[in-house]
Amino acid sequence: MKQGRLLPIYIGAYLVFLYLPVALIPLFSFNDSIQAAFPMKGLTLEWYRTLLQTPAIGQALRNSLGIAIAAASIATLCATTITYLEVFPRPVLSRLIGVLARLPILIPGVIVGIALLILVNLAGLGPSRIAIVLGHVLVCLPAAVTVLRARFAAIPRSIAEAAADLGASDFTVFRRAVLPLAWSAIGSAFTLSFLTSFDEFIVAYFLAGTEPTLPLYIWSQLRFPKSLPVVMALGALILLVSALLAGLAELLRRRSRV
Amino acid sequence: MRRLANGAGFLCAMSLPGALVTFGLVAFALALVLGLGFRVNDQGLLRGPLTLGNFAQILADPLYAKVMLRSLWISGLVTLATVVTAYPVAWYLAFRAGRHRGLLLFLVTLPFWTSYLLRVFAWKIVLAYNGVLNSAMIELGLWDKPSMMFLNNPAAVVLTLAHAYAPFAILPIYVALQTIPRSLLEAGADLGATKAQLFRRVVLPISMPGVLGGALVVFVPTLGDYVTPAMVGGPASTMIGTLIQAQFGKANDWPFGAALATATMLVILIAVALVRQADRRWGSRT
Repeated sequence: MKQGRLLPIYIGAYLVFLYLPVALIPLFSFNDSIQAAFPMKGLTLEWYRTLLQTPAIGQALRNSLGIAIAAASIATLCATTITYLEVFPRPVLSRLIGVLARLPILIPGVIVGIALLILVNLAGLGPSRIAIVLGHVLVCLPAAVTVLRARFAAIPRSIAEAAADLGASDFTVFRRAVLPLAWSAIGSAFTLSFLTSFDEFIVAYFLAGTEPTLPLYIWSQLRFPKSLPVVMALGALILLVSALLAGLAELLRRRSRV
Repeated sequence: MRRLANGAGFLCAMSLPGALVTFGLVAFALALVLGLGFRVNDQGLLRGPLTLGNFAQILADPLYAKVMLRSLWISGLVTLATVVTAYPVAWYLAFRAGRHRGLLLFLVTLPFWTSYLLRVFAWKIVLAYNGVLNSAMIELGLWDKPSMMFLNNPAAVVLTLAHAYAPFAILPIYVALQTIPRSLLEAGADLGATKAQLFRRVVLPISMPGVLGGALVVFVPTLGDYVTPAMVGGPASTMIGTLIQAQFGKANDWPFGAALATATMLVILIAVALVRQADRRWGSRT
């Protein structure tokens, strides 16, 4: 059968297209030249050394980590409660909340960004790290809701009903009967939200005050050809961390299947 | 079916975080955009007098229609390219991958979780005048001087966006394909359907919701993108996102930017409605 051989070749080519351009970033981060071009000049760790000696990068990293942890925590808490209500007790209001929670996927990032910029200015908060956290909660929410909704829907309703019949209070049903079965999915949703926030640029661009996140720092450096190698070294590290965390989220998600 | 949870206190407490975020942030922020679009720009946020001038200007100045059409054209092409290239991958994942499925699924979704900015930046260093592509071709002796033709045009924007959003379409299509029972395909084959007929009459209609879902998650963010046009597009690739961004930056006319954002959301709503209409008429009836 012809198809049987052509398709795997196509899949291979697709993966090369997907990964090759991105793989150039770590490759040229070791290149002993300011130009990202062939032939490569020689191996160097110079750019990584500069990276460690730039205090602004450390500060941007701390901002990014703090924002990502806060945004992922809030998004996961909201997604957990929203989807639990949707799947188990099903009050009328929760359907509306669920629709709104998925809505940001239908809004381009630039509009989420300006909408929150207007909101935080109106609230007197102005562009700040808290503003970025709020923006990232919206960006993370649809994916977190999707992951958790799938998990809660897979838990047999009879487990919750049995607990309720045996006299468990509403909160005990949630806390002792359902939540223990969903921890892995909650961990997966948190990790994916963390990653989304950590890498997010489009929304954060509008909401950042004087304290940039890592992607905003990278954007600010792209104007200077001299700093491109350091940006590539930083990019290589970010890609590595993202890949490791995505792997962790995948492991957690698979464990929740069992 | 018996209802779980009747306690009002429990329901309130559980609804609170979601209600705060969805009503307080999503709904309220969108309402603010809508409201600000009808104001005069006099530097006092939501204090200016009401006006229809912003929307009149969008309709009157052909620049905005031109940029909107270009954005639709670019994100339409990106969506088409993404869905068409993703479909065989999703098909392979659903029917052929076997024990490699988990690994392959992880590999195609991994870029989804890596930095969008870095994926776009990667194309800038590939396509630049003294970049990777030009230098590699000269090194290989395929051409002898660098070419400017790769960067700063709409084609570079389409290529970069199609790469950046490539993984978004695979998952929805794969999920839809997975719901097709094998027995349905066997029954079709037993009744004498050719492979092409099976695909056209069984597989494609059933997977249509996944295709449309995938198309939507690519179309929406690419329509409003402003980063890729700025990085690889040049002045001939200004998109509607770029114009919105400029109103909140250099141009400093927030009400007009809000009106542009409202117009963009309207265009997205129309596109979604058209797609749903098309799906109802020609798509699946599951």
